[in-house]
Amino acid sequence: MKTLRALLLMLALLVVPQLAGAQSFPALSGRVVDAANLLSPAQKQQLEALSADVGKVAQRQLVVATIPDLQGYPIEDYGYKLGRAWGIGQKDANNGIILIVAPNERKVRIEVGYGLEPIMTDALSQTIIDDQILPKFRAGDMAGGIMAGAQAVAEQMKAPPEAAEARVKAAAAEPQAARSSGSSSDGFIAIFWIVIILFFVLPIVFRGARGRKYRGGRGPVVLWGPGLGGGWGSGGGSSSSSWSSGGSDWGGGGGGFSGGGGSFGGGGASGSW
Amino acid sequence: MKFRAMIVLAAMAMLSACGINSVPTAEENAKARWADVQAAYQRRADTIPNVVATVKGSAASEGKILTDVINARANATRVQVNATDLTDPAKIASFQAAQNQLGSSLGRLLATVEAYPDLKSQENFRSLITEIEGSNNRITIAIRDYNTAVQAYNTRIRTFPDAIGAKIFYGAKPMVPFQAQPGAETNPTVDFGNTN
Repeated sequence: MKTLRALLLMLALLVVPQLAGAQSFPALSGRVVDAANLLSPAQKQQLEALSADVGKVAQRQLVVATIPDLQGYPIEDYGYKLGRAWGIGQKDANNGIILIVAPNERKVRIEVGYGLEPIMTDALSQTIIDDQILPKFRAGDMAGGIMAGAQAVAEQMKAPPEAAEARVKAAAAEPQAARSSGSSSDGFIAIFWIVIILFFVLPIVFRGARGRKYRGGRGPVVLWGPGLGGGWGSGGGSSSSSWSSGGSDWGGGGGGFSGGGGSFGGGGASGSW
Repeated sequence: MKFRAMIVLAAMAMLSACGINSVPTAEENAKARWADVQAAYQRRADTIPNVVATVKGSAASEGKILTDVINARANATRVQVNATDLTDPAKIASFQAAQNQLGSSLGRLLATVEAYPDLKSQENFRSLITEIEGSNNRITIAIRDYNTAVQAYNTRIRTFPDAIGAKIFYGAKPMVPFQAQPGAETNPTVDFGNTN
């Protein structure tokens, strides 16, 4: 039971830092999150197609977000937290990129995931903002600036994948068990404990408590074992991928789009008008 | 036979509950985040010689402030904190002081640039400023992530049941969080003449 209590405590500890940073973000409703209503349906569709194209060609995630309220945070601060909350980009490649527009604060930012920093440098992000986006924003053409900026970003994103991403691709091709060392060792631990409990603890407990004539009491044993194993499994899962919003598989196909668990570390550039 | 198995089992259950694995995991995580902090500062330090050289070309009269930046940079790159010294408040403090000094002298340099329109109009200088801004932003985030990791580690080694294992097996000491001075990493505003 001690292990169970430790597990509960561990889970509680895992939850605490995430709650501490609580800050509300719009839901990741798709490749284009137009929370500030700057785009027409046709433009939105066009941007979605652009982003899907980037995903198909380069396995990178490009998201366009318009945010009505930065809640008093600087856009640099808001941007990386938004990226982490949504988990844009593949988990081990961190190859997500978000074009964030905050019309009310008159701020724009290209937020670049860790893995894309060598390709989408701060200077390049700044150039795109200054040359493609801001002139249109200043002229009052919000949608036009967003379209032009997203277009320029998408062109750069279709550049050949970096080594890290190539590795992620290779890893994804392998069987799922080998995907990450962390989760496979968690799996091993779970199996270890199930075996221990099934073959050592429970026989002792049941024999001691009920005597010989209740040997048929192994039925509940089998039921209980997997139950506890499940508890361990989920504990390990949440610790190894604390940022992922939609698990490790990301919606490449059809309707559903979700972040792949990529992280952000402040790459990119901002502008204001 | 059964008895021995039970003892082994109980010992293992107790060990895993006492943080035999989780304490080093949390410690390594905090150390990795510290490496990120140093990398972010290094990134800024790497850009500074280019900034200095560019400013020198157009604003050589700012000799004093340029020398300040060069000295502060040399000082800041000299003070390094190994991952094993993260429990030593004095070392963290001296690292912080050196970096803050560099940050503020760099801020002063960029503020003087306002007086040199031809410098501001250079594309090269423009991208250097972007680099510095990006570095400062990464520093802020790296520090925040480090502090979160330190907090998690410190909480773990002080709370039951991990505190038992932390004390007995590792002699774990709390790590020192990094206190960014208010305003130390704020970006200087250089007006490039195209903001309304």
